[in-house]
Amino acid sequence: MWVFYVTGILLLLSFFADKKKTKKALLIAYKRFIFISPSFLIMLIFVSIILFLFPQEKIIMYLNFGNHTVNVIMAALVGSITIMPGFVAFPLAGILKNSGISFMIIASFTITLMMVGTITFPVEASYFGKKVTLIRNIISFIIAIIVALLIGLYFGEIII
Amino acid sequence: MKERKKNKKNINRNLYFIIILIYFVFIAYSYFFGIPSGIEIGNNLISFLLYMMKILPCAFILIGLFEVWVSRERVEKHLGHKGGLRGYVWAIILAGTMGGGLLVALPVSSALYKKGARLSVIFTFVGASAIVRIPMTLFEASFLGIEFTAIRWLASIPLIVISSIFLEKYLIKKNYSMKS
Repeated sequence: MWVFYVTGILLLLSFFADKKKTKKALLIAYKRFIFISPSFLIMLIFVSIILFLFPQEKIIMYLNFGNHTVNVIMAALVGSITIMPGFVAFPLAGILKNSGISFMIIASFTITLMMVGTITFPVEASYFGKKVTLIRNIISFIIAIIVALLIGLYFGEIII
Repeated sequence: MKERKKNKKNINRNLYFIIILIYFVFIAYSYFFGIPSGIEIGNNLISFLLYMMKILPCAFILIGLFEVWVSRERVEKHLGHKGGLRGYVWAIILAGTMGGGLLVALPVSSALYKKGARLSVIFTFVGASAIVRIPMTLFEASFLGIEFTAIRWLASIPLIVISSIFLEKYLIKKNYSMKS
């Protein structure tokens, strides 16, 4: 992974330029890591349980059981509470598309998945505070729905 | 009043501790006695932890280097109140080229804030880190088509910037400051 090399090279450069500063940088890194680790642990526990409750087969089922409007809302909710890396999410989106699920439902799932973080709430709250984290995630949810609707309009899946 | 607040904090901490303890006892019990659901949850925990441990240490070291080497003036000039529109453009470019998503974006944004970046730029950065990351976008486009990705970008970037500006306005009125 290139991140390792970049970090290593920068760290070496920094070390040769100024040992004291580099030591301070590592101390800052350590302190920041300690600061976030309790919320991080809580988040990991959430992740492990949510991944258990929402395996891929179940997600496909949740996105495909009612009428179109219900499915869009369900997709947004499932996307908001689950978490998965892009290399899992987009192949899944590809499967959904091939099984005939509309772009609007897929969009509402993948965009909330990216933008709304229920599981990451404890981590985010230790930086922004609970209130701002809540506001930010509600705004993100609304933006995700707007964008999903625009995608639905573009692909002719909803007609005004 | 202060005493009561402290008490509440202690209760919260104990509650967290108990929940975490129950969780780990359950996982350990499951591995020992072969309970499938517990084992699956435990495996999920380990795989996600390993995935994050590949990224996070590097991210935090880079943040530490950033804090020692980049001057406050420079951050203020580009990402602060003097930066103007440029600040948002930088925030989006930085978010797009950075890996790791929200969990990396949050500590980075707190480092930027300490160096004088304005709140609206910070919120744009955190928001953008969820939607414009280049590797993720390439993945998306290859599975869902370029049109899908293009509309998503065009629609969500302005909305993120506008909502961040309003959120900043609201929070300045409330005298908000970020924790660090």
